[in-house]
Amino acid sequence: MKSFRSVALAVAWRGIHNAFTNPAILVPSMLFPLFFFTAFAGGLSRVADVPGFDFPAGYTAFQFVFVFLQSAAFGGIFNGFAIARDFESGFSRRLLLAAPRRSGIVAGYALVALVRWLATAAVVTAVALLAGMEVLGSGVELTGLLGLGLLVNVAALLWAAGIALRFRTLQAGPLMQVPVFLTLFLAPVYVPLALLDGWIHAVASANPATFLLEAGRGLIAGEPVEVAAAFAVAVGAVGLFTLWALRGLRSAEMAG
Amino acid sequence: MLVAGAPPGRVPRGAYARGVRDEHGIQAEGLVREFKGGIRAVDGIRLEVRPGEIYGFLGPNGAGKSTTVHMLTTLLPPTAGTACVAGFDVARDGAKVRAAIGAALQEAALDPLLTGREHLRLQTALHGMPKAERRERTEALLERVGLTQAADRKVRTYSGGMKRRLDLALALVHEPSILFLDEPTTGLDPQSRNALWSEVARLSGDEGVTVFLTTQYLEEADVLADRVGIIDHGRIVAEGTPGALKAEIGRPSVEAVPCNSSERAAVAEVLRRFGRPVPGSPKGVTVRLDGGEEALADVVRALETEGLHLDHLQLHSPTLDDVFLAKTGRSLEGAAEEAESRPDAESEGEPEPLRA
Amino acid sequence: MTRPLALQVGSLARRSVVRTLRQPVNVVPSFLFPLILLAVNVGGLGAAERLPGFPTDSYLDFALAFTFMQGALFATTNAGTDLARDIQTGFLNRLALTPMRSAALLLGQLAGIVALALIQATLYLAVGLVAGVRPESGVAGLFVVVFLAVLVALAFGAIGAFLALRTGTGEAVQAMFPLLFVFLFLSSMNLPRNLIEIDWFRIVATINPVSYLIEGIRSLIITGWDAQALALGFGLALAIGAVALAAASVWLQGRLARS
Repeated sequence: MKSFRSVALAVAWRGIHNAFTNPAILVPSMLFPLFFFTAFAGGLSRVADVPGFDFPAGYTAFQFVFVFLQSAAFGGIFNGFAIARDFESGFSRRLLLAAPRRSGIVAGYALVALVRWLATAAVVTAVALLAGMEVLGSGVELTGLLGLGLLVNVAALLWAAGIALRFRTLQAGPLMQVPVFLTLFLAPVYVPLALLDGWIHAVASANPATFLLEAGRGLIAGEPVEVAAAFAVAVGAVGLFTLWALRGLRSAEMAG
Repeated sequence: MLVAGAPPGRVPRGAYARGVRDEHGIQAEGLVREFKGGIRAVDGIRLEVRPGEIYGFLGPNGAGKSTTVHMLTTLLPPTAGTACVAGFDVARDGAKVRAAIGAALQEAALDPLLTGREHLRLQTALHGMPKAERRERTEALLERVGLTQAADRKVRTYSGGMKRRLDLALALVHEPSILFLDEPTTGLDPQSRNALWSEVARLSGDEGVTVFLTTQYLEEADVLADRVGIIDHGRIVAEGTPGALKAEIGRPSVEAVPCNSSERAAVAEVLRRFGRPVPGSPKGVTVRLDGGEEALADVVRALETEGLHLDHLQLHSPTLDDVFLAKTGRSLEGAAEEAESRPDAESEGEPEPLRA
Repeated sequence: MTRPLALQVGSLARRSVVRTLRQPVNVVPSFLFPLILLAVNVGGLGAAERLPGFPTDSYLDFALAFTFMQGALFATTNAGTDLARDIQTGFLNRLALTPMRSAALLLGQLAGIVALALIQATLYLAVGLVAGVRPESGVAGLFVVVFLAVLVALAFGAIGAFLALRTGTGEAVQAMFPLLFVFLFLSSMNLPRNLIEIDWFRIVATINPVSYLIEGIRSLIITGWDAQALALGFGLALAIGAVALAAASVWLQGRLARS
């Protein structure tokens, strides 16, 4: 256990140090969610006037939850890129040789993803509040929203890590990104589920991301809905992708 | 045909020069190239390459070789000085220079998505060849460099040697009279290197093409070049035939290691008759031969007469590295390490051309 | 165009097209991604049709124009990345040593973009028609849509070429992609400008030339023959293309730096 922890902390230190001492690494991952927030909450605010749209906290908060969870997901993916890059540069071989408990390496990368995302989430939240976002949820409910974000971040990182460990090249980037992108966008992004029509309603209803979004929005509006289901989905995803990532690690070890 | 496994070695000049394709050669006078920040990658080069000869431009990384080539091939305007290639001024008659030269530069500069055949078709088209001639020339060059089988494969699947061969073929598309080769064998395996050497020697010997070859490999300059220019820090520090340059430095030395270490003094006594002792292997005796290489036979006879048996006898001729050492105080290897540790103009980002 | 220049342009254009089509990793997303986003946006924002003052009763009709803009954005990065790779690998030097004229390089490069944009535009239009889009400008309007879309792709491609020649690296061109994406989003891509509630956003969308490029294409689908929208769309596409081409030419001269 001690060696697992020391490996995880060592890998995490390196990633966090690199991210926070290199603005070129950290800043884009902060700017993207801000940009989406601006484009959606700013450009589409009229959508709140669509008959049947009655989200109590307003459109800004409605979009904030999407951007919050999207930043968590993509924060995990970007760290998956970092893993792939380490393989391309040969640095991963160094880690694999040096680490007594190699699963600690994956844990270390997950820690990096978490810390980076927390920084991003803080900035996005601050901007949203400055933009006049209404927050109707209690402290507990907002903690719940944060918890959902953390789980989404880790799940996405583990998914991307599994890909990176199997393919060991940045060219696998689209494989990491596209499924997550589709999962997020085939959910109620712009309007609540009830206002979606046709095929998109059917798809969104079956999409696990919908549970996360609806629950998150309920938490910020102070009207929690399907929170248990959302956490079950998130925890389940973390469990599933942990196995996926560890299998990927075995694959990387076998490749040498 | 340029195929790996062909014998290396310099082609004796008199043996086959049927005609010299180039009549003018290359002349440079006071050639300077300065980059941003006042870095002088080339600092007043004066050189002359005679028509039909192979001129080896030898120097460590960062010495100014590639910058010189870029100026002579009109890719980079000189800051000062003049140069004439194939009888045309590089600054005023660039298009005419380019029509007369072929260049295989340091980067293989190939498109990984195109096939070998497509590269040649593009090159022939850009040179304005008629369609029928394009096809014919493409096939002839593919045959010549041994890439016919691989012609329809994308270049990204080619080995390093194959890429270099294609590079050479592209440089020869328009039958240039002067060929510039910038470190053509860097990174190649010995077989591919030998094959390329053979082809370069054949081009010069058979077809009279003037070849300007830059290299950091002593052996390459020694084997291929008729004359060698040694460049360091942007200046030519020595120039001449490899033999003359080495002779300038000194005579060869012979090292003898006796089978029996107790005979070392006796061996030393014999060898002293033929030259002055110099530092060498602790197990043997080394002297610099007063009579040159020809004295080696006498040395062997003398040792035999005295009944001395040797474990090892070796003649050390001065190398071009010795020449570089004598001229600059550093060996070429040491100079290469030093160049890698300091920023130099040739590797410091994209040079700003002085004219728009 | 003289025969030698035509031959050079033709050869380089052929290479540009072949190269583009041989990179399915780059090409396929440029076809699929805009269509996926279209499906997502139409599904997600279809309810906006019910907003008072929305200019059409079909959000699909409204949103189709955006696919062409996204396609153009992909053209920018593909063109720029390919040219930057030529610079980085030294292939540009190889071309510079031939009698190739610099105009031939740019024109040839842009030919690849035209080919890709034509295929994209035809595909997007076909998908739209199958999904029920009925352009108000009729059959003639379809051709104008394709023409304007190709012109926009050319203009953006010229921007990509300029970026490549200016920076010399593919990474720098790729890094501009998010910035260009921002230009797309801060426009009237999702809602008409008069329905954008937030003042600063509406002002930015009004200043943003991309709004008029989208609106030019969109007008052919939802309005018919709107002279003002078309004039603005074509005018801005030509202006952006001309400026970008001029800038690219200047930097190309610098890159070639031949005597």
